[in-house]
Amino acid sequence: MRVLAAMSGGVDSAVAAARAVDAGHDVTGVHLALARNPQTFRTGARGCCTLEDSRDARRAADVIGIPFYVWDMAEEFHDSVVDDFVNEYAAGRTPNPCLRCNEKIKFSAVLDRAVALGFDAVVTGHHARLGADGLLRRSVDIAKDQSYVLAVLTRAQLDRAMFPLGDSTKERVRAEAAERGLAVADKPDSHDICFISDGDTRGFLESRLGAAPGDIVDGRTGETLGTHNGAYGFTIGQRKGLDLRVPAADGRPRYVLSITPVSNTVTVGPREDLEVDVVSAERPIWHDLSADVSCEVQLRAHGEVVPATVSVADGTLTARLTTPARGVAAGQAIVAYRPDPGGDIVLGSATITAGSRAGADV
Amino acid sequence: MAYLDHAATTPMLPAALDAYVAAVREVGNPSSLHAAGRGARRLVEESRERIAAAVGARPSEVIFTGGGTESDNLAVKGIFWAGRAADPERTLVVVSAVEHHAVLDAADWLGVQEGAEVVTLPVDDAGRVPPEAVAELIAEQGERVAVMSVQWANNEVGTLQPIAELAGLAAAAGIPFHTDAVQAAGQVPVDFAASGAAALTITGHKLGGPVGVGALLLGRDVACTPLLHGGGQERDVRSGTLDTAGVAAFATAVEAAVKAREEYAVRVSALRDDLVARVRAVIPDAIFNGAAEDRLPGNAHFSFPGCEGDALLLLLDAQGVYCSTGSACSAGVAQPSHVLLAMGADDARARSSLRFTLGHDSTVADVDALLAALPGAVERARRAGAWKTPR
Repeated sequence: MRVLAAMSGGVDSAVAAARAVDAGHDVTGVHLALARNPQTFRTGARGCCTLEDSRDARRAADVIGIPFYVWDMAEEFHDSVVDDFVNEYAAGRTPNPCLRCNEKIKFSAVLDRAVALGFDAVVTGHHARLGADGLLRRSVDIAKDQSYVLAVLTRAQLDRAMFPLGDSTKERVRAEAAERGLAVADKPDSHDICFISDGDTRGFLESRLGAAPGDIVDGRTGETLGTHNGAYGFTIGQRKGLDLRVPAADGRPRYVLSITPVSNTVTVGPREDLEVDVVSAERPIWHDLSADVSCEVQLRAHGEVVPATVSVADGTLTARLTTPARGVAAGQAIVAYRPDPGGDIVLGSATITAGSRAGADV
Repeated sequence: MAYLDHAATTPMLPAALDAYVAAVREVGNPSSLHAAGRGARRLVEESRERIAAAVGARPSEVIFTGGGTESDNLAVKGIFWAGRAADPERTLVVVSAVEHHAVLDAADWLGVQEGAEVVTLPVDDAGRVPPEAVAELIAEQGERVAVMSVQWANNEVGTLQPIAELAGLAAAAGIPFHTDAVQAAGQVPVDFAASGAAALTITGHKLGGPVGVGALLLGRDVACTPLLHGGGQERDVRSGTLDTAGVAAFATAVEAAVKAREEYAVRVSALRDDLVARVRAVIPDAIFNGAAEDRLPGNAHFSFPGCEGDALLLLLDAQGVYCSTGSACSAGVAQPSHVLLAMGADDARARSSLRFTLGHDSTVADVDALLAALPGAVERARRAGAWKTPR
């Protein structure tokens, strides 16, 4: 097959491209330029959009022996990922930009262009398994598993995706990179959000949304406990940084329960009030046709899994959890897995809209 | 493989390669006083004389440099510095809108770092600087111009500038005129003395010599402040140990290219005309960019509506056909060509362009290979869409 390898300049995508070559494919490397004004060098280990990363990717392609080009995706990335990130926070939700990038950039804008240019598939260095059975499964390296941010892909997108690293641990990938003479073998992992190079998400949002002071209120009494500089700076389940003047009557810590953009209010309360056992979600991507599916659900990146029964009807996914979960934030993805000895199988995903207690209206 | 990117770099001529290999075996710094040094010096000075004779300059006007970019920087910055030092009112740097970045960015640097005022000369839709624009500028503020630089031939679309006319206007006003002739030398007649220019850039690897050696032809009475300080090897205008073997190979290439030029131009322009006619026949809506007549013999430049140049390049590359989008790179990302934009093209047309350049070893087989691959590539690229078109 003719495949396009998306090469970030990191170790994973370099090894993935090399493995695609070994598998007999005709591979072309592409680095996606995503920053509007790329920095020359990385600051720290964050990010993946500098000229240095582009050169690292080019050098890896040289070593592997494949053609290499840079595609300018800065406008698409800004429109579909960065603006979406800001808008979601402004709407009181908690987005996952990596997931959005896979959905809108890597397996949409890039894949569409690749297919039009005669490529059959896009290969990336994601840690997930996608075998001949077409099922998306968790990586063997559970700590590095990225199936959660790939679960948003449709059947058609998965049919044109290749993830050659899913059977390997990160350690093995690094060792293989060294064996292949790839200089990125010991390059630090990128982490956090690539377009927020200093890691200060709240500062990034404030620079775009401006300060918007509002009240922090008690979820049970309705009492105003303090003020905030912008509801977008908070995430459901957050405990630190509330800066409340009034201590709780029982002295226990309080957590963010909900964010209401219309009134610009952040509601807080005790830990047990965070618990939900029914999760509603929209825009489902659902690979299973059964009515009620017993499975496990994951409610945020690197979050624990919870047993649940999932049903999909009228464009809404409803998950009934067998044990309550905390910190369920609108905007995050709910991903359903079927446990499997060959790697837990992704059944589908959807975007969380609300969490509630069965029979209660929280 | 069909190599259609001779304007980027062209293969070394066998005679130049032989000259290089013979000279690089010998030890000797041309600045040394002993016999080994004298041997190297003799080779350098013979080379200087051969180049001077081939391009209408005096030997003392040939200043060897590390290539075209250095020569352009030396001319633009050095003549500006010297001109302003002699007359503080001379703070204008005049360049055409279609210069190579070696000139454009040097001028911009003077603007940012040295307080120069950069004046950009417009071009017509073929990429030519209208002499009236230069005359007008000189009439208005000629006495404030420290240096003017207009290329002999454009590196992207191949358009030739009316250099004798522009240089004449500048000379009459006492303005030092520099021309970047790296694309022109060996392709069209280039005579430094006859051109009336004060300074002229040539480089080795565009005409069959090695990469990394070039020259600035600098009139003997033109003041130029050095960029590189050190041993003062080249007329005290340029320092650095001379690359004897590179210089010898460069001279061999210049001499050979100039000697073969007429025959070359006839053969290569016929091949180019064949390429253009055949491209137009298979892609009827392809837009031919640049001047119809006054252009480099080996240059063909098209916009392919509905395509992205970088998509076409990728597809042709995969078929073993090597060409160029001719555009500058920023962060490795293709930018729309400043040359085409200056010629009045919109962003989409500028991004849809490809440059095919023929050279001394080009044959009809290269054109055949292009024509075999191009229709399919254009069809695919159109399907991929003009994805960068402003939405």
